[in-house]
Amino acid sequence: MSTARSKSAARLMIAPAVFVLLVWMLIPLCMTLYFSFADYRPMRGIFEAWIGFDNYASFVTSSSFLKSLFTILWMVGGILAITITGGVLMALLLDGPMFGQGIVRILVIAPFFVMPTVSALVWKNMFFNVDNGLFSYAYKFFGAQPFDFLSQAPLFSIIMIVAWQWLPFATLILLTAVQSLDSEQLEAAEMDGAPALSRFRFIILPHLSRAITVVILIQTIFLLSIFAEIFVTTNGAFGTRTLTYLVYQRVLESQNIGLGSAGGIVAVILANIVAIFLMRIVGKNLDN
Amino acid sequence: MARAITTQKKVMWTALAWAFGLTMFFPILWTFRTSFKTEAAAISDPPVWFFFDWTLENYVDVQARSNYPKALMNSIIISVGSTFLGILIAVPAAWSMAFVPGRKTKDVLLWMLSTKMLPAVGVLYPLVLLAKWLGVMDSRILLVVVLMLINLPIIVWMLYTYFREIPGEILEAARMDGAGLKAEILYVLTPMALPGIASTVLLNIILAWNEAFWTILLTTVNAAPLTSFSAPEGLFYAKLSAASMMAIAPILVMGWFSQKQLVRGLTFGAVK
Repeated sequence: MSTARSKSAARLMIAPAVFVLLVWMLIPLCMTLYFSFADYRPMRGIFEAWIGFDNYASFVTSSSFLKSLFTILWMVGGILAITITGGVLMALLLDGPMFGQGIVRILVIAPFFVMPTVSALVWKNMFFNVDNGLFSYAYKFFGAQPFDFLSQAPLFSIIMIVAWQWLPFATLILLTAVQSLDSEQLEAAEMDGAPALSRFRFIILPHLSRAITVVILIQTIFLLSIFAEIFVTTNGAFGTRTLTYLVYQRVLESQNIGLGSAGGIVAVILANIVAIFLMRIVGKNLDN
Repeated sequence: MARAITTQKKVMWTALAWAFGLTMFFPILWTFRTSFKTEAAAISDPPVWFFFDWTLENYVDVQARSNYPKALMNSIIISVGSTFLGILIAVPAAWSMAFVPGRKTKDVLLWMLSTKMLPAVGVLYPLVLLAKWLGVMDSRILLVVVLMLINLPIIVWMLYTYFREIPGEILEAARMDGAGLKAEILYVLTPMALPGIASTVLLNIILAWNEAFWTILLTTVNAAPLTSFSAPEGLFYAKLSAASMMAIAPILVMGWFSQKQLVRGLTFGAVK
Protein backbone atom coordinates (compact mmCIF):
# COMPACT_ATOMS: atom_id res chain seq x y z
CA MET A 1 0.00 0.00 0.00
CA SER A 2 2.83 2.33 -0.74
CA THR A 3 1.58 5.48 -2.40
CA ALA A 4 3.75 8.07 -4.09
CA ARG A 5 3.47 10.23 -1.01
CA SER A 6 4.55 7.55 1.43
CA LYS A 7 7.42 6.73 -0.92
CA SER A 8 8.82 10.23 -0.90
CA ALA A 9 8.32 10.37 2.85
CA ALA A 10 10.27 7.13 3.10
CA ARG A 11 13.15 8.62 1.12
CA LEU A 12 13.15 11.60 3.42
CA MET A 13 13.45 9.27 6.39
CA ILE A 14 16.46 7.45 4.95
CA ALA A 15 18.15 10.67 3.91
CA PRO A 16 19.87 11.58 7.22
CA ALA A 17 21.46 8.15 7.60
CA VAL A 18 22.65 8.05 3.99
CA PHE A 19 23.85 11.63 4.18
CA VAL A 20 26.00 11.27 7.30
CA LEU A 21 27.50 8.02 6.06
CA LEU A 22 28.30 9.58 2.68
CA VAL A 23 29.95 12.58 4.30
CA TRP A 24 31.81 10.29 6.69
CA MET A 25 33.11 8.23 3.81
CA LEU A 26 33.74 10.86 1.20
CA ILE A 27 35.31 13.88 2.89
CA PRO A 28 38.10 12.15 4.82
CA LEU A 29 38.66 9.71 1.98
CA CYS A 30 39.09 12.54 -0.55
CA MET A 31 41.52 14.23 1.80
CA THR A 32 43.53 11.02 2.11
CA LEU A 33 43.48 10.71 -1.67
CA TYR A 34 44.73 14.27 -2.00
CA PHE A 35 47.55 13.76 0.52
CA SER A 36 48.55 10.49 -1.11
CA PHE A 37 49.82 12.41 -4.14
CA ALA A 38 51.68 14.95 -2.02
CA ASP A 39 55.03 14.96 -0.32
CA TYR A 40 53.79 16.03 3.08
CA ARG A 41 56.01 15.71 6.14
CA PRO A 42 54.84 18.31 8.68
CA MET A 43 57.62 17.59 11.19
CA ARG A 44 60.20 18.74 8.67
CA GLY A 45 58.02 21.44 7.20
CA ILE A 46 57.89 19.81 3.80
CA PHE A 47 54.83 20.21 1.64
CA GLU A 48 54.75 19.65 -2.08
CA ALA A 49 51.22 19.26 -3.38
CA TRP A 50 51.87 16.98 -6.36
CA ILE A 51 54.52 14.34 -6.73
CA GLY A 52 52.49 11.91 -8.82
CA PHE A 53 52.48 8.28 -7.86
CA ASP A 54 55.82 8.36 -6.01
CA ASN A 55 54.22 7.61 -2.63
CA TYR A 56 52.35 4.64 -4.03
CA ALA A 57 55.44 3.32 -5.72
CA SER A 58 57.56 3.52 -2.61
CA PHE A 59 54.83 2.15 -0.36
CA VAL A 60 53.99 -0.85 -2.50
CA THR A 61 57.60 -1.72 -3.30
CA SER A 62 58.81 -1.50 0.30
CA SER A 63 59.43 -4.88 1.87
CA SER A 64 57.33 -3.96 4.89
CA PHE A 65 54.22 -3.75 2.71
CA LEU A 66 54.32 -7.35 1.54
CA LYS A 67 55.26 -8.50 5.03
CA SER A 68 52.33 -6.62 6.53
CA LEU A 69 49.97 -8.26 4.03
CA PHE A 70 51.18 -11.71 4.97
CA THR A 71 50.96 -10.83 8.65
CA ILE A 72 47.33 -9.80 8.45
CA LEU A 73 46.45 -12.81 6.30
CA TRP A 74 48.08 -15.15 8.79
CA MET A 75 46.42 -13.40 11.66
CA VAL A 76 42.89 -13.40 10.23
CA GLY A 77 43.32 -16.91 8.83
CA GLY A 78 44.65 -18.30 12.10
CA ILE A 79 41.97 -16.67 14.19
CA LEU A 80 39.21 -17.81 11.84
CA ALA A 81 40.55 -21.38 11.83
CA ILE A 82 40.71 -21.53 15.63
CA THR A 83 37.38 -19.86 16.29
CA ILE A 84 35.42 -21.84 13.70
CA THR A 85 36.82 -25.27 14.58
CA GLY A 86 36.69 -24.49 18.28
CA GLY A 87 33.29 -22.90 17.91
CA VAL A 88 31.75 -25.94 16.22
CA LEU A 89 33.18 -28.27 18.87
CA MET A 90 32.11 -26.05 21.75
CA ALA A 91 28.65 -25.62 20.27
CA LEU A 92 28.19 -29.38 20.01
CA LEU A 93 29.52 -29.76 23.54
CA LEU A 94 27.21 -27.12 24.98
CA ASP A 95 24.24 -28.61 23.15
CA GLY A 96 24.72 -31.93 24.95
CA PRO A 97 22.96 -33.11 28.09
CA MET A 98 24.44 -31.50 31.18
CA PHE A 99 23.82 -29.84 34.49
CA GLY A 100 24.11 -26.06 34.69
CA GLN A 101 24.09 -25.35 30.95
CA GLY A 102 23.13 -21.73 31.53
CA ILE A 103 26.12 -21.12 33.77
CA VAL A 104 28.56 -22.74 31.36
CA ARG A 105 27.17 -20.55 28.59
CA ILE A 106 27.80 -17.48 30.72
CA LEU A 107 31.37 -18.58 31.42
CA VAL A 108 32.07 -19.24 27.75
CA ILE A 109 30.59 -15.99 26.42
CA ALA A 110 32.34 -13.74 28.95
CA PRO A 111 35.62 -13.09 27.05
CA PHE A 112 33.68 -11.47 24.21
CA PHE A 113 32.73 -8.59 26.47
CA VAL A 114 36.23 -7.84 27.69
CA MET A 115 37.56 -4.72 25.98
CA PRO A 116 40.51 -5.40 23.64
CA THR A 117 42.98 -3.27 25.57
CA VAL A 118 42.19 -5.02 28.84
CA SER A 119 42.40 -8.51 27.44
CA ALA A 120 45.69 -7.69 25.71
CA LEU A 121 47.11 -6.24 28.95
CA VAL A 122 45.97 -9.18 31.03
CA TRP A 123 47.42 -11.74 28.61
CA LYS A 124 50.62 -9.80 28.12
CA ASN A 125 51.39 -9.27 31.79
CA MET A 126 49.78 -12.10 33.65
CA PHE A 127 50.15 -14.95 31.19
CA PHE A 128 52.86 -14.23 28.63
CA ASN A 129 55.28 -12.31 30.84
CA VAL A 130 58.55 -14.24 30.93
CA ASP A 131 59.36 -13.45 34.57
CA ASN A 132 56.02 -13.47 36.33
CA GLY A 133 53.56 -14.80 33.82
CA LEU A 134 51.47 -17.85 34.58
CA PHE A 135 52.79 -19.74 31.56
CA SER A 136 56.33 -19.24 32.84
CA TYR A 137 55.35 -20.77 36.17
CA ALA A 138 53.88 -23.71 34.31
CA TYR A 139 57.06 -24.14 32.27
CA LYS A 140 59.20 -23.97 35.41
CA PHE A 141 56.88 -26.37 37.19
CA PHE A 142 57.54 -28.98 34.53
CA GLY A 143 61.25 -28.21 34.66
CA ALA A 144 61.37 -26.44 31.30
CA GLN A 145 62.97 -23.14 30.38
CA PRO A 146 60.38 -20.30 30.47
CA PHE A 147 59.42 -19.14 27.01
CA ASP A 148 59.12 -15.50 26.07
CA PHE A 149 55.90 -15.69 24.09
CA LEU A 150 55.63 -12.12 22.87
CA SER A 151 59.13 -11.92 21.43
CA GLN A 152 59.65 -15.57 20.43
CA ALA A 153 56.19 -16.30 19.02
CA PRO A 154 54.55 -12.88 18.77
CA LEU A 155 52.15 -13.66 15.93
CA PHE A 156 50.96 -16.81 17.67
CA SER A 157 50.51 -14.93 20.93
CA ILE A 158 48.38 -12.23 19.36
CA ILE A 159 46.34 -14.83 17.48
CA MET A 160 45.74 -16.54 20.80
CA ILE A 161 44.57 -13.36 22.52
CA VAL A 162 42.20 -12.41 19.73
CA ALA A 163 40.95 -15.96 19.24
CA TRP A 164 40.13 -16.04 22.95
CA GLN A 165 38.01 -12.94 22.47
CA TRP A 166 36.18 -14.21 19.38
CA LEU A 167 35.74 -17.91 20.15
CA PRO A 168 32.74 -17.08 22.39
CA PHE A 169 31.11 -15.21 19.52
CA ALA A 170 31.54 -18.13 17.12
CA THR A 171 30.39 -20.58 19.78
CA LEU A 172 27.27 -18.64 20.60
CA ILE A 173 26.19 -18.27 16.99
CA LEU A 174 26.96 -21.87 16.08
CA LEU A 175 25.20 -23.07 19.23
CA THR A 176 22.09 -21.21 18.16
CA ALA A 177 22.33 -22.90 14.79
CA VAL A 178 22.93 -26.35 16.31
CA GLN A 179 19.89 -25.96 18.53
CA SER A 180 17.67 -25.31 15.53
CA LEU A 181 18.66 -28.67 14.06
CA ASP A 182 15.83 -31.13 13.76
CA SER A 183 16.72 -33.84 16.26
CA GLU A 184 14.46 -36.43 14.62
CA GLN A 185 16.61 -36.38 11.53
CA LEU A 186 19.64 -37.17 13.66
CA GLU A 187 17.85 -39.93 15.50
CA ALA A 188 16.70 -41.48 12.25
CA ALA A 189 20.26 -41.46 10.97
CA GLU A 190 21.45 -43.00 14.20
CA MET A 191 18.88 -45.79 14.01
CA ASP A 192 19.89 -46.48 10.43
CA GLY A 193 23.35 -47.12 11.82
CA ALA A 194 25.17 -43.99 10.66
CA PRO A 195 28.27 -43.56 12.83
CA ALA A 196 28.75 -40.31 14.77
CA LEU A 197 31.33 -38.97 12.35
CA SER A 198 29.18 -39.31 9.28
CA ARG A 199 26.19 -37.88 11.14
CA PHE A 200 28.39 -34.84 11.78
CA ARG A 201 29.71 -34.73 8.25
CA PHE A 202 26.42 -35.17 6.38
CA ILE A 203 23.78 -33.71 8.68
CA ILE A 204 25.24 -31.30 11.22
CA LEU A 205 27.90 -29.62 9.11
CA PRO A 206 25.61 -28.79 6.13
CA HIS A 207 23.07 -27.43 8.59
CA LEU A 208 25.74 -25.16 10.08
CA SER A 209 27.09 -23.86 6.77
CA ARG A 210 24.99 -20.70 6.79
CA ALA A 211 25.97 -19.86 10.37
CA ILE A 212 29.63 -20.51 9.57
CA THR A 213 29.42 -18.15 6.58
CA VAL A 214 27.97 -15.46 8.82
CA VAL A 215 30.67 -15.97 11.45
CA ILE A 216 33.41 -15.70 8.81
CA LEU A 217 31.89 -12.55 7.37
CA ILE A 218 31.43 -10.71 10.63
CA GLN A 219 34.74 -11.73 12.13
CA THR A 220 36.59 -10.74 8.97
CA ILE A 221 35.01 -7.28 9.10
CA PHE A 222 36.22 -6.79 12.65
CA LEU A 223 39.54 -8.65 12.39
CA LEU A 224 40.91 -6.89 9.31
CA SER A 225 41.23 -3.75 11.39
CA ILE A 226 42.78 -5.36 14.48
CA PHE A 227 44.64 -2.63 16.27
CA ALA A 228 44.47 -2.45 20.06
CA GLU A 229 45.87 -5.92 20.66
CA ILE A 230 48.97 -5.12 18.62
CA PHE A 231 49.27 -1.62 20.05
CA VAL A 232 49.30 -2.95 23.61
CA THR A 233 51.42 -6.08 23.20
CA THR A 234 54.19 -5.68 20.62
CA ASN A 235 53.56 -2.22 19.18
CA GLY A 236 54.10 -3.72 15.75
CA ALA A 237 57.50 -5.21 16.50
CA PHE A 238 58.67 -8.80 15.86
CA GLY A 239 56.76 -9.23 12.62
CA THR A 240 53.31 -8.39 13.96
CA ARG A 241 52.92 -5.27 11.85
CA THR A 242 49.70 -5.62 9.91
CA LEU A 243 48.72 -3.35 7.03
CA THR A 244 46.58 -1.26 9.36
CA TYR A 245 49.43 -0.94 11.79
CA LEU A 246 51.97 -0.08 9.10
CA VAL A 247 49.79 2.76 7.84
CA TYR A 248 49.19 3.97 11.38
CA GLN A 249 52.94 4.10 11.99
CA ARG A 250 53.64 5.96 8.75
CA VAL A 251 50.95 8.51 9.47
CA LEU A 252 51.15 9.16 13.19
CA GLU A 253 54.55 7.90 14.29
CA SER A 254 56.89 8.91 11.48
CA GLN A 255 54.50 11.66 10.33
CA ASN A 256 55.05 10.92 6.68
CA ILE A 257 51.53 11.85 5.68
CA GLY A 258 52.01 11.41 1.94
CA LEU A 259 53.39 7.90 2.21
CA GLY A 260 50.91 6.92 4.91
CA SER A 261 47.99 8.24 2.90
CA ALA A 262 49.07 6.23 -0.12
CA GLY A 263 49.18 3.22 2.18
CA GLY A 264 45.74 4.10 3.47
CA ILE A 265 44.33 4.19 -0.06
CA VAL A 266 45.96 0.84 -0.82
CA ALA A 267 44.34 -0.56 2.34
CA VAL A 268 40.97 0.84 1.28
CA ILE A 269 41.27 -0.75 -2.17
CA LEU A 270 42.24 -4.12 -0.74
CA ALA A 271 39.42 -3.96 1.83
CA ASN A 272 36.98 -3.18 -0.97
CA ILE A 273 38.05 -6.27 -2.86
CA VAL A 274 37.38 -8.35 0.25
CA ALA A 275 34.14 -6.46 0.82
CA ILE A 276 32.76 -7.11 -2.67
CA PHE A 277 33.53 -10.77 -2.24
CA LEU A 278 31.87 -10.94 1.17
CA MET A 279 28.87 -8.82 0.17
CA ARG A 280 28.06 -11.29 -2.58
CA ILE A 281 27.89 -14.08 -0.03
CA VAL A 282 25.72 -12.04 2.33
CA GLY A 283 23.48 -10.89 -0.49
CA LYS A 284 22.95 -14.48 -1.58
CA ASN A 285 22.33 -15.63 1.96
CA LEU A 286 19.80 -12.88 2.55
CA ASP A 287 17.72 -13.85 -0.45
CA ASN A 288 16.59 -17.10 1.03
CA MET B 1 10.59 -38.28 21.08
CA ALA B 2 13.19 -37.57 23.69
CA ARG B 3 15.89 -40.12 24.08
CA ALA B 4 16.64 -41.56 27.46
CA ILE B 5 19.98 -40.21 28.60
CA THR B 6 21.87 -42.16 31.18
CA THR B 7 22.95 -40.24 34.24
CA GLN B 8 26.47 -41.46 33.73
CA LYS B 9 26.64 -39.93 30.29
CA LYS B 10 25.17 -36.71 31.57
CA VAL B 11 27.71 -36.47 34.38
CA MET B 12 30.60 -37.02 31.99
CA TRP B 13 29.25 -34.48 29.56
CA THR B 14 28.76 -32.01 32.40
CA ALA B 15 32.34 -32.43 33.57
CA LEU B 16 33.71 -31.91 30.06
CA ALA B 17 31.57 -28.83 29.39
CA TRP B 18 32.44 -27.27 32.72
CA ALA B 19 36.13 -27.91 32.12
CA PHE B 20 35.96 -26.05 28.81
CA GLY B 21 33.80 -23.30 30.23
CA LEU B 22 36.16 -22.70 33.11
CA THR B 23 39.18 -22.72 30.79
CA MET B 24 37.60 -19.98 28.70
CA PHE B 25 36.68 -18.02 31.79
CA PHE B 26 40.00 -18.62 33.53
CA PRO B 27 41.82 -15.41 32.49
CA ILE B 28 38.96 -13.33 33.87
CA LEU B 29 38.81 -15.40 37.04
CA TRP B 30 42.58 -15.08 37.47
CA THR B 31 42.39 -11.31 37.00
CA PHE B 32 39.51 -11.09 39.46
CA ARG B 33 41.47 -13.04 42.05
CA THR B 34 44.70 -11.08 41.52
CA SER B 35 42.82 -7.83 42.02
CA PHE B 36 42.34 -8.77 45.68
CA LYS B 37 45.99 -9.54 46.35
CA THR B 38 48.80 -7.34 47.60
CA GLU B 39 51.37 -6.51 44.91
CA ALA B 40 53.87 -8.83 46.60
CA ALA B 41 51.45 -11.74 46.66
CA ALA B 42 50.48 -11.11 43.05
CA ILE B 43 53.95 -12.01 41.78
CA SER B 44 54.82 -14.67 44.35
CA ASP B 45 56.51 -17.74 42.90
CA PRO B 46 54.86 -20.26 42.86
CA PRO B 47 51.50 -18.51 42.51
CA VAL B 48 49.07 -18.73 45.41
CA TRP B 49 45.61 -19.81 44.28
CA PHE B 50 43.00 -18.81 46.78
CA PHE B 51 44.48 -18.89 50.26
CA PHE B 52 45.93 -15.43 50.65
CA ASP B 53 44.89 -12.36 52.55
CA TRP B 54 42.17 -10.82 50.43
CA THR B 55 42.43 -7.06 50.32
CA LEU B 56 40.45 -4.24 48.78
CA GLU B 57 43.35 -1.81 48.75
CA ASN B 58 43.89 -2.06 44.99
CA TYR B 59 40.36 -0.95 44.31
CA VAL B 60 40.74 1.92 46.75
CA ASP B 61 44.06 2.88 45.15
CA VAL B 62 42.74 2.83 41.61
CA GLN B 63 39.61 4.77 42.61
CA ALA B 64 41.72 7.33 44.38
CA ARG B 65 43.83 7.99 41.33
CA SER B 66 41.95 10.97 40.01
CA ASN B 67 41.49 9.74 36.46
CA TYR B 68 39.41 6.63 37.08
CA PRO B 69 36.05 8.33 37.74
CA LYS B 70 36.71 10.59 34.78
CA ALA B 71 37.52 7.69 32.48
CA LEU B 72 34.40 5.90 33.64
CA MET B 73 32.30 8.99 32.99
CA ASN B 74 33.86 9.34 29.55
CA SER B 75 33.12 5.72 28.71
CA ILE B 76 29.51 6.08 29.80
CA ILE B 77 28.94 9.35 27.96
CA ILE B 78 30.64 8.21 24.79
CA SER B 79 29.02 4.78 24.53
CA VAL B 80 25.53 5.86 25.58
CA GLY B 81 25.68 9.14 23.68
CA SER B 82 26.87 7.62 20.42
CA THR B 83 24.28 4.85 20.66
CA PHE B 84 21.36 7.21 21.19
CA LEU B 85 22.50 9.57 18.49
CA GLY B 86 22.78 6.57 16.18
CA ILE B 87 19.30 5.33 17.12
CA LEU B 88 17.88 8.76 16.42
CA ILE B 89 19.21 8.69 12.88
CA ALA B 90 18.73 4.99 12.24
CA VAL B 91 15.14 4.45 13.41
CA PRO B 92 13.50 6.49 10.60
CA ALA B 93 15.82 4.96 8.01
CA ALA B 94 15.33 1.37 9.12
CA TRP B 95 11.63 2.04 9.53
CA SER B 96 11.05 3.22 6.00
CA MET B 97 13.25 0.51 4.52
CA ALA B 98 11.31 -2.16 6.38
CA PHE B 99 7.81 -0.85 5.63
CA VAL B 100 8.17 1.00 2.33
CA PRO B 101 10.89 -0.98 0.58
CA GLY B 102 11.88 0.24 -2.85
CA ARG B 103 13.94 -1.30 -5.61
CA LYS B 104 17.11 0.19 -4.16
CA THR B 105 16.54 -0.77 -0.54
CA LYS B 106 18.75 -3.83 -0.58
CA ASP B 107 21.56 -1.96 -2.34
CA VAL B 108 21.40 0.84 0.21
CA LEU B 109 21.57 -1.67 3.05
CA LEU B 110 24.55 -3.47 1.55
CA TRP B 111 26.27 -0.18 0.82
CA MET B 112 25.84 0.86 4.44
CA LEU B 113 27.35 -2.39 5.62
CA SER B 114 30.25 -1.95 3.24
CA THR B 115 31.12 1.41 4.81
CA LYS B 116 31.76 -0.58 7.96
CA MET B 117 34.57 -2.29 6.10
CA LEU B 118 36.35 0.92 5.25
CA PRO B 119 39.70 0.58 7.03
CA ALA B 120 39.83 3.16 9.79
CA VAL B 121 43.48 4.00 9.11
CA GLY B 122 42.49 5.12 5.63
CA VAL B 123 40.82 8.15 7.14
CA LEU B 124 42.94 8.52 10.27
CA TYR B 125 44.98 11.57 9.36
CA PRO B 126 42.14 13.59 7.81
CA LEU B 127 40.09 12.95 10.91
CA VAL B 128 42.88 14.11 13.21
CA LEU B 129 43.32 17.16 11.00
CA LEU B 130 39.60 17.96 10.90
CA ALA B 131 39.31 17.46 14.65
CA LYS B 132 42.19 19.85 15.30
CA TRP B 133 40.82 22.34 12.82
CA LEU B 134 37.40 22.28 14.50
CA GLY B 135 39.05 22.39 17.92
CA VAL B 136 37.38 19.19 19.09
CA MET B 137 40.45 16.94 19.41
CA ASP B 138 40.34 14.97 22.67
CA SER B 139 36.73 15.90 23.33
CA ARG B 140 33.78 13.68 24.16
CA ILE B 141 31.62 15.15 21.41
CA LEU B 142 34.16 14.07 18.79
CA LEU B 143 34.10 10.49 20.02
CA VAL B 144 30.33 10.45 20.32
CA VAL B 145 30.07 11.46 16.66
CA VAL B 146 32.83 9.17 15.38
CA LEU B 147 31.59 6.09 17.25
CA MET B 148 28.05 6.86 16.12
CA LEU B 149 29.27 6.89 12.52
CA ILE B 150 31.21 3.64 12.72
CA ASN B 151 28.31 1.85 14.42
CA LEU B 152 25.49 3.40 12.39
CA PRO B 153 25.49 0.67 9.70
CA ILE B 154 25.12 -1.98 12.39
CA ILE B 155 22.36 -0.06 14.13
CA VAL B 156 20.43 0.38 10.88
CA TRP B 157 20.82 -3.28 10.00
CA MET B 158 19.74 -4.54 13.39
CA LEU B 159 16.70 -2.28 13.52
CA TYR B 160 15.81 -3.21 9.96
CA THR B 161 15.75 -6.92 10.75
CA TYR B 162 13.62 -6.30 13.83
CA PHE B 163 11.18 -3.97 12.08
CA ARG B 164 10.78 -6.30 9.14
CA GLU B 165 9.16 -8.80 11.43
CA ILE B 166 6.37 -6.43 12.40
CA PRO B 167 3.46 -7.40 10.13
CA GLY B 168 2.34 -4.52 7.92
CA GLU B 169 -1.27 -5.71 8.01
CA ILE B 170 -1.54 -4.68 11.60
CA LEU B 171 -1.18 -1.06 10.52
CA GLU B 172 -3.95 -1.42 7.99
CA ALA B 173 -6.14 -3.02 10.62
CA ALA B 174 -5.49 -0.13 12.98
CA ARG B 175 -6.30 2.35 10.25
CA MET B 176 -9.53 0.57 9.41
CA ASP B 177 -10.48 0.81 13.04
CA GLY B 178 -10.10 4.56 12.71
CA ALA B 179 -6.77 5.08 14.40
CA GLY B 180 -5.12 8.36 13.46
CA LEU B 181 -1.44 8.62 12.66
CA LYS B 182 -0.62 9.61 16.22
CA ALA B 183 -2.55 6.74 17.75
CA GLU B 184 -1.03 4.40 15.19
CA ILE B 185 2.50 5.31 16.15
CA LEU B 186 1.86 5.56 19.87
CA TYR B 187 -0.30 2.51 20.52
CA VAL B 188 0.43 0.11 17.70
CA LEU B 189 3.92 0.58 16.38
CA THR B 190 5.90 1.71 19.40
CA PRO B 191 5.02 -1.25 21.62
CA MET B 192 5.95 -3.64 18.82
CA ALA B 193 9.18 -1.90 17.93
CA LEU B 194 10.41 -1.26 21.45
CA PRO B 195 11.96 -4.68 22.20
CA GLY B 196 14.01 -4.53 19.00
CA ILE B 197 15.15 -0.99 19.71
CA ALA B 198 16.06 -1.96 23.27
CA SER B 199 18.29 -4.83 22.25
CA THR B 200 19.90 -2.71 19.55
CA VAL B 201 20.70 -0.09 22.16
CA LEU B 202 22.14 -2.66 24.52
CA LEU B 203 24.40 -4.26 21.92
CA ASN B 204 25.66 -0.98 20.59
CA ILE B 205 26.54 0.32 24.01
CA ILE B 206 28.66 -2.80 24.41
CA LEU B 207 30.33 -2.30 21.03
CA ALA B 208 30.99 1.38 21.68
CA TRP B 209 32.26 0.71 25.19
CA ASN B 210 34.87 -1.69 23.85
CA GLU B 211 35.87 0.27 20.74
CA ALA B 212 39.61 0.77 20.93
CA PHE B 213 40.96 2.30 17.71
CA TRP B 214 39.43 5.75 17.70
CA THR B 215 39.17 6.01 21.47
CA ILE B 216 42.92 5.48 21.81
CA LEU B 217 44.05 7.61 18.89
CA LEU B 218 41.67 10.56 19.22
CA THR B 219 42.01 11.12 22.96
CA THR B 220 44.84 12.04 25.27
CA VAL B 221 43.71 13.34 28.66
CA ASN B 222 40.28 14.91 28.71
CA ALA B 223 38.10 12.48 26.81
CA ALA B 224 40.07 9.27 27.38
CA PRO B 225 37.62 6.49 28.28
CA LEU B 226 38.35 3.22 30.04
CA THR B 227 39.89 1.64 26.94
CA SER B 228 42.96 3.79 27.39
CA PHE B 229 42.71 4.10 31.15
CA SER B 230 44.26 0.82 32.19
CA ALA B 231 47.20 1.17 29.80
CA PRO B 232 49.91 2.76 32.00
CA GLU B 233 49.70 0.29 34.87
CA GLY B 234 52.91 -1.48 33.97
CA LEU B 235 53.95 -4.36 36.16
CA PHE B 236 51.72 -3.66 39.13
CA TYR B 237 49.68 -6.79 38.61
CA ALA B 238 47.24 -6.32 41.45
CA LYS B 239 46.42 -2.75 40.50
CA LEU B 240 46.28 -3.66 36.83
CA SER B 241 43.80 -6.39 37.73
CA ALA B 242 41.64 -4.12 39.84
CA ALA B 243 41.55 -1.49 37.09
CA SER B 244 40.75 -4.17 34.51
CA MET B 245 37.91 -5.59 36.57
CA MET B 246 36.42 -2.15 37.04
CA ALA B 247 36.69 -1.46 33.32
CA ILE B 248 34.97 -4.67 32.22
CA ALA B 249 32.49 -5.38 35.03
CA PRO B 250 29.59 -3.18 33.90
CA ILE B 251 29.70 -4.42 30.33
CA LEU B 252 30.20 -8.02 31.39
CA VAL B 253 26.95 -7.88 33.34
CA MET B 254 25.15 -6.15 30.47
CA GLY B 255 26.56 -8.68 28.04
CA TRP B 256 25.31 -11.63 30.04
CA PHE B 257 21.83 -10.22 30.00
CA SER B 258 21.90 -9.57 26.28
CA GLN B 259 23.43 -12.83 25.06
CA LYS B 260 20.18 -13.98 23.44
CA GLN B 261 19.82 -10.78 21.42
CA LEU B 262 23.52 -10.81 20.66
CA VAL B 263 23.20 -13.68 18.23
CA ARG B 264 20.42 -12.27 16.15
CA GLY B 265 21.67 -8.71 16.47
CA LEU B 266 25.22 -9.28 15.35
CA THR B 267 24.28 -11.66 12.57
CA PHE B 268 21.69 -9.18 11.29
CA GLY B 269 18.95 -11.71 11.77
CA ALA B 270 20.66 -14.28 9.58
CA VAL B 271 20.98 -16.66 12.54
CA LYS B 272 18.18 -16.82 15.08
